[in-house]
Amino acid sequence: MPVITYRDALGAAIREEMQRDDRVFLMGEEVAVYQGAYKVSKGFLQEFGEMRVVDTPITELGFAGVGVGAAMVGLRPVIEFMTWNFALLALDQVVNAAAKMLYMSGGQFKIPIVFRGPNGAALQLSAQHSQAWESWLAHIPGLKVIAPGTPYDAKGLLKSAIRDDNPVCVLEGEMLYNTKGEVPDEEYLIPLGKADLKRQGEHCSIITHGKMVLVAMQAADQLAKEGINIDVVDLRTIRPMDVEAIGESVKKTNRAVVLEEGWEICGVGAQVVDFIQRDCFDYLDAPVIRVHQADTPMPYAKGLEKAAKPDLPKAIAAVRKVMYLD
Amino acid sequence: MATKVFMEALSPTMEEGRLVKWLKNEGDAVKSGETLAEVETDKAIMELVARGDGILRKRLINEGDTAPVGTLAGVIATADENIDALVAGAAGAPAAGASAPAQVVATTQESAGASSVPRRPEESQGEASTPPQQKVADVPPAPPSRAAAPAAPAAGAPAAQGDVRSSPLARRLASERGLDLHSVQGSGPNGRIIKRDIEAAAAAGAAAPRAAVSAAPSGPVIPREGDFHDEPLSQIRKTIARRLGESIGPIPTFYLTAEYDLTRVMEMRKAMAELGDQFKVSVNDVLLKATAVALSQHPEVNAHWLGDRIRYHNRVHLGMAVATDDGLIVPVIWDADRKRMSDISREAKELAKRARERKLRPEEFTGSTFSVSNLGMFGIDQFTAIINPPEAGILAIGTSEEKLVVVNGEPVVRNRVRVTMSCDHRIIDGAVGAKFLQTLRRLIENPLMLVY
Amino acid sequence: MTATRTAAKRKSDPAPQGDAALNLEMLRSMLLQRRFEERCAEAYALGKIGGFCHLYIGQEAVSTGTMSMLRPDDYVITTYRDHGPALARGMTPRSVMAELFGRQDGCSRGKGGSMHLFDANTNFLGGHGIVGGHVPLAAGVGFAIKYRGGDQVMVCFMGESVVNTGAFHEALNMAGLWKLPCVFIIENNRYGMGTALERASAIHDIYERGAAYNMPRNQCDGQDVFAVRQAVGEAVERARKEQVPTLLEIRTYRFMGHSMSDAVSGTYRPKSELEEQMKRDPITLLRTHMQEAGQLTDEQLQKLDEELKAVVQDAWDFAEASPELPVEALYEDVYADTTT
Repeated sequence: MPVITYRDALGAAIREEMQRDDRVFLMGEEVAVYQGAYKVSKGFLQEFGEMRVVDTPITELGFAGVGVGAAMVGLRPVIEFMTWNFALLALDQVVNAAAKMLYMSGGQFKIPIVFRGPNGAALQLSAQHSQAWESWLAHIPGLKVIAPGTPYDAKGLLKSAIRDDNPVCVLEGEMLYNTKGEVPDEEYLIPLGKADLKRQGEHCSIITHGKMVLVAMQAADQLAKEGINIDVVDLRTIRPMDVEAIGESVKKTNRAVVLEEGWEICGVGAQVVDFIQRDCFDYLDAPVIRVHQADTPMPYAKGLEKAAKPDLPKAIAAVRKVMYLD
Repeated sequence: MATKVFMEALSPTMEEGRLVKWLKNEGDAVKSGETLAEVETDKAIMELVARGDGILRKRLINEGDTAPVGTLAGVIATADENIDALVAGAAGAPAAGASAPAQVVATTQESAGASSVPRRPEESQGEASTPPQQKVADVPPAPPSRAAAPAAPAAGAPAAQGDVRSSPLARRLASERGLDLHSVQGSGPNGRIIKRDIEAAAAAGAAAPRAAVSAAPSGPVIPREGDFHDEPLSQIRKTIARRLGESIGPIPTFYLTAEYDLTRVMEMRKAMAELGDQFKVSVNDVLLKATAVALSQHPEVNAHWLGDRIRYHNRVHLGMAVATDDGLIVPVIWDADRKRMSDISREAKELAKRARERKLRPEEFTGSTFSVSNLGMFGIDQFTAIINPPEAGILAIGTSEEKLVVVNGEPVVRNRVRVTMSCDHRIIDGAVGAKFLQTLRRLIENPLMLVY
Repeated sequence: MTATRTAAKRKSDPAPQGDAALNLEMLRSMLLQRRFEERCAEAYALGKIGGFCHLYIGQEAVSTGTMSMLRPDDYVITTYRDHGPALARGMTPRSVMAELFGRQDGCSRGKGGSMHLFDANTNFLGGHGIVGGHVPLAAGVGFAIKYRGGDQVMVCFMGESVVNTGAFHEALNMAGLWKLPCVFIIENNRYGMGTALERASAIHDIYERGAAYNMPRNQCDGQDVFAVRQAVGEAVERARKEQVPTLLEIRTYRFMGHSMSDAVSGTYRPKSELEEQMKRDPITLLRTHMQEAGQLTDEQLQKLDEELKAVVQDAWDFAEASPELPVEALYEDVYADTTT
């Protein structure tokens, strides 16, 4: 099976969908002539032309709204935010327009739009360029939110997102673009709302998504050497979340660690824990522990940033703690 | 031996009581039955009585203070007895003895332990009686006038006031295995009992299932996990059931008769009566107690037929047939094997009285594991009683009377009684029934075996 | 809406003031809006309409004049002051009133309310509550028209406060840059909630902002329906034929408060000003013109008025009789069920 990068997996997804349906177009900063800020849309302008691969001025609010307007009348826009940090400006269009249009209009105007871009921290990008946005977005009824952590998931999920008639927010990651994984040539779709069990074990569950999936799998591999076998539940979709998959795993292992790159307060992990305590109360042998970013803006200095981020040692320590090993 | 004084559930709905006034001081002599204090319940001001004799060595609740049901309120002991351990454990150990309200313990219904239901203090009391049977004497008898439900230990849940910390999983596992959390050492933070502790305890057999049972519950009990185990029918059993059912009707019954010598029972009764009227027991009381103890030693007889399986009960709830104007009714003496004869005596009288007055509630005459019927007072020598389905058997007791018998070749006059046991052949074979009656003989003819 | 159909025939002549039939249609449209809005005020006071209710009274020439220059397959989007434009566009009074009453037969099935009137049948794209938020949507529709190679026009109404928002700036910049077939119509009624234009905007002839986007721009008198037709007609033609957007400032006046909850006058505008402005009631202006041109008698006016009042009463009765939504409707239309 071919091994390709996360970036190329995304690119392949968009390209295939644009070839399949000429209502699909890509719009954002530097997507066309520059070949994509992160090269996801490399070669697109040449293949599809400037009406379908549209460079915008630096106007997130504006072009997010353009996307929603176009979706209202039947096109299927893929709106790229250079990073989700910039999308904060566009949230009025994402939330007040895209998420709510179908409902407010009594079902008349659906918004089949995809908003996508890198999310969360990279390396030393400092406070304004490092935020993880999933909990803000997942809060909103009317939106769907996905966070693929591997190239295979990225392609399958993005294709499904483009075909979905609802606004879907896709949270990628600068640090993920270069990661590699097996991705079949043949077309496949991954449904939204379904988690994936990426490792199996009876001792503990790690529930995670996005960039942290790789960390979780590393933790699983390392713990296996000590005879500790864990379930890694990759949520893949944050909203709607696969509560069944979470419950099935935690009921089996009786203990859980939730690993995420966002902040603690009202983060996605808090929701996961709520599902667990509701669904698996009598199966828990220990309180659920969350591993997340430190509750501060992201610092620039290398050492501080490392200390702020969730990582492999922290994940392993959390597993050991819920297992009462240390 | 010391007697613990507890904040008792003096009304069915009471959850805490306010100690209004102590009527005895530390150092005062008290006798069983004397009023120690006035307690304000949710309904009225009630009397808290002593459950044992001795000196009121310690009062542990101050006047005016409120304490949850089950709190240790005082200690009665001899003057020189060391009660430090008891007092030190006061914070943690509500024990059985205080009766719980008459309603059925709801927590037993929950499948995975009572962890999700706020614990009512009185329910936990039963569970806290970790002392196994040997220390039954330690535990104050349940007050007879309150026909109350026992503090059926909720499935392994911690006793009141965060006494035992445990994870929800551990609680559920403890319940499923009939383990008392108080007997398990917790290795988690702050002594939290966690799964591996339960597994270790179960492996070490640290707590036999019956230790989880209250020493003297006295009210309706809903069977819960740990109180029984089911066995599917073997081929032989299936065949016997089918064939014998064809020959004799729904319950293929056979009958075993035995005649017991009551000499020693009579001696015992005489001696007790000489100590005082309050120590009088009847022959029937002794027979009830003996039957219960025998059943505890013969679980194969303490069983129910459930159609596709046989349920062997770990606890002995003795049904006692009572004739009323309306007909026969069989009120239940709960955990009769673990009750003192005095309790059984009191309960038997009380239940019979209330049965005749038609004041029994349904939960008081359902749930027996085995039944006893006595027509001795009518001068019946022996009779065959009809089994109370789905029970495995019923014991019919005839009149006790002096007779001429031959002992060692010599004719002597002995007090004798005949019992006839009706047995469901689907559950009990002849030899099984016979062995049970042998045990019963040993107990009745050597009543000291009752306290062995 | 017959006005637009007749207008289509007269595309080449945007101001045929002599056309009695057309004028009557426009009078009907404007008077319908007026009577409807008056009853809305009553309904709001009776508690039948809840939340926010922004009335169009005084601005009817803007909506009627504009819609009379559009085709059925053109698109319209506006702010929360949408009752007038909705009716002028051809949405039925019944469906609008039922929506205001929050009932099942409302155009948005009772889920939107006064600020969110939508009708896919007439390409009426709402009804939006965030000041300026809808303008990028209009640019998006313009983009879609161009994407598909069509010749429809996107007409985007907005208040004069919108021109100060970032969304306006971003949308118009892209419309001007990409040459989108949009007509951006500023309904300048002089006041935000209570802040006069002069206190909010660095320039007062706000149509001049079009210069920043290299966009054709114009201004006209919004109380004169013929002036509106003239100015809008030019802009629509430009958008349709050349795919070039226009920024058109139409000066009008609202006779009520910003919304039903706001002061009509007093703190932010003197009553005398209001009274002066009401002398230029657009309905009066059209009526007078028609009467002077012999196109309308008093009896005809009277009859028209009664007829329209009856229409509005019918809408009220219809709305009243329309069922309340069942609780299950709460969860409907959060997501579209399909994928494509």
